[in-house]
Amino acid sequence: MKDEIIQKTGAYIASTVLKQPNRVIKADQFLISSGLIDSFSLVDLALFVEDTFNVHLDDSELNKDVFDTLEQLAELVVSRAA
Amino acid sequence: MSTFSELLLDAYRDCPDKVSLTVLLAGSEDLPVTYRQLVEGAAVWANTYEQQGVEPGEVVVLILQHGLELIFAYWGAILHGAIPSIMPFLTEKLQPDRYRADLSALVGITRPECIVTYREFETEVKAALPENSSVRKLIVSDELVQPAKLDVQAFKGLQRAEKDIVLLQHSSGTTGLQKGVALAHGAVLNQLDSYAHTLRINDKDVIVSWLPLYHDMGLIAGFLLPILKRIPLVLLSPFEWVRSPAKLMQAVNKYRGTLTWLPNFAYNFCAMKTRDRDLEGIDLSSWRAISNCSEPMRYESHRVFLDRFQPYGLHESALCTCYAMAENVFAVTQGGIEAEVMIDEIDRDAMQSKKLAVPASVEAPSIKMVSAGRAIRNVKVKIVDERGFDLPDRHIGEVVLQSDSMLTEYYHRPDATENALKGGWYFTGDYGYMVGEEVFVAGRKKEMIIVAGKNVYPMDLEELAMEVPGVHAGRVVAFGIFNETTGTEDVILVAEVDTEDQDERDAIGDAIRQTVTRGSAVALRHVYLVGSKWLIKTSSGKNARTANKEKYLKETSM
Repeated sequence: MKDEIIQKTGAYIASTVLKQPNRVIKADQFLISSGLIDSFSLVDLALFVEDTFNVHLDDSELNKDVFDTLEQLAELVVSRAA
Repeated sequence: MSTFSELLLDAYRDCPDKVSLTVLLAGSEDLPVTYRQLVEGAAVWANTYEQQGVEPGEVVVLILQHGLELIFAYWGAILHGAIPSIMPFLTEKLQPDRYRADLSALVGITRPECIVTYREFETEVKAALPENSSVRKLIVSDELVQPAKLDVQAFKGLQRAEKDIVLLQHSSGTTGLQKGVALAHGAVLNQLDSYAHTLRINDKDVIVSWLPLYHDMGLIAGFLLPILKRIPLVLLSPFEWVRSPAKLMQAVNKYRGTLTWLPNFAYNFCAMKTRDRDLEGIDLSSWRAISNCSEPMRYESHRVFLDRFQPYGLHESALCTCYAMAENVFAVTQGGIEAEVMIDEIDRDAMQSKKLAVPASVEAPSIKMVSAGRAIRNVKVKIVDERGFDLPDRHIGEVVLQSDSMLTEYYHRPDATENALKGGWYFTGDYGYMVGEEVFVAGRKKEMIIVAGKNVYPMDLEELAMEVPGVHAGRVVAFGIFNETTGTEDVILVAEVDTEDQDERDAIGDAIRQTVTRGSAVALRHVYLVGSKWLIKTSSGKNARTANKEKYLKETSM
């Protein structure tokens, strides 16, 4: 489950946010603190994650202290889905 | 005519228990603030400025988060007769040393006498101050001095005159911070009178705003207008709204909001990013005027917004438009109050090649222009050609304006003031045309990107990108391209690099994104790396942004 989340979300970020569909986003790469994802894209990312993995993320969770990498995001989603 | 302090203290005397504003912050109860509480809160600050030796007429830069403290510190400066200016607070995205550079830029030109910030931010501010800087006082927000008793006659702000400068307004970025728009009491109050008349303000009105107070739209329409005109204000945080746009609709529903101002992107953003579950039971029928302002207005953005929220009671007639700028305090024109906003479908080719806005025929490609409305009561607008001569209807030229709410000057920038004001007319740098009294804005002369309502100077971004190893100085170009989906401009950055290695190029691309975002708080939509000699330069060696933008569009559309 976790690998699938990392793979799908990474592909979404590469193609939709970065416009570089061939890019591979590493599981431990910083997303928010590095500036790869800005606050507007963050809401998109949350909607994508909610719709794709059928979980509920709270607005207050959309910040780098809750997750800053795909790995952390996947853990959050897995814990939510359980 | 009057001054800010007189008007605020009049409200304090007339209706002390009327709620002036309600502050909404996540995790806390909604916080209503009456005029009495507002004046009492501000009085503590006025006393602190006094005790710290800040003189009336001196500039106070406020570096505080959105919230009650900022509001009290602002009005305290006014009541003391000092000149407040809000500087955006350091966000987590922005690199501290870059913030320091911006602050130095502001301090260098504006030469404020006082800066207000938090204790934990004090070292940061001190580090940004140049040697022998103008700043004599650094006030920390936990060092406030309570006045012995509240004496409303004693405020030094009461001695200010209409022609005195009441506030400074800056736009963002290193370039923007170097040009402070100085506005006099009389100018702001003329604007508020005229604009309130245009908006047909009545006693049912409630303004709901999430706009930042360091931006003219947020400061004037979403802060000073309601407080000075005694229109209840519901104030949300921009940082919370961006994570949860439905908060705006929830606030309108709860407080029966009637008036809101939004930049164009927010229409798309709200329409696309609010979940049904956050709109359950919401009634938006009280909303009578939502004014699209501060970036190019798009017909399609209004449509998506209407489609999304009509099922929740939103009236089509609530969709309004406004053309505004800090140099005129705020509004120049307003559309959609008395009659629906005029849509003008014009021939695209004639607009681009002949600078004419001719009504479109059936076959030709057309573009739907949204009217910014008519000049508000105290403003005259006309369109002029390159030599400054008046143009007839439907001819595209520069928008110029005249009013009694014009800036006094760009603070400490006589050069910039002289450039902008010619023969009593302010040259906006925007292109537009008129049809009768209706004003249409159709592009801009200045090389500025407007992203999500924020003015961004491409040279600021280019300079940041040039700091990245592997990127050559002078071989970078940044520009904006309108994105239909988001309703605002995407920021594109093209940089020449020598390496052909994909991994190295990815690393350079990421480093550019990171450096630009952390240096400017602007996220790049696309970093396009190219080989050497790709960029087109003009004969003078200057960066030819338009030509490079066209080349980029051609290459990437294939």
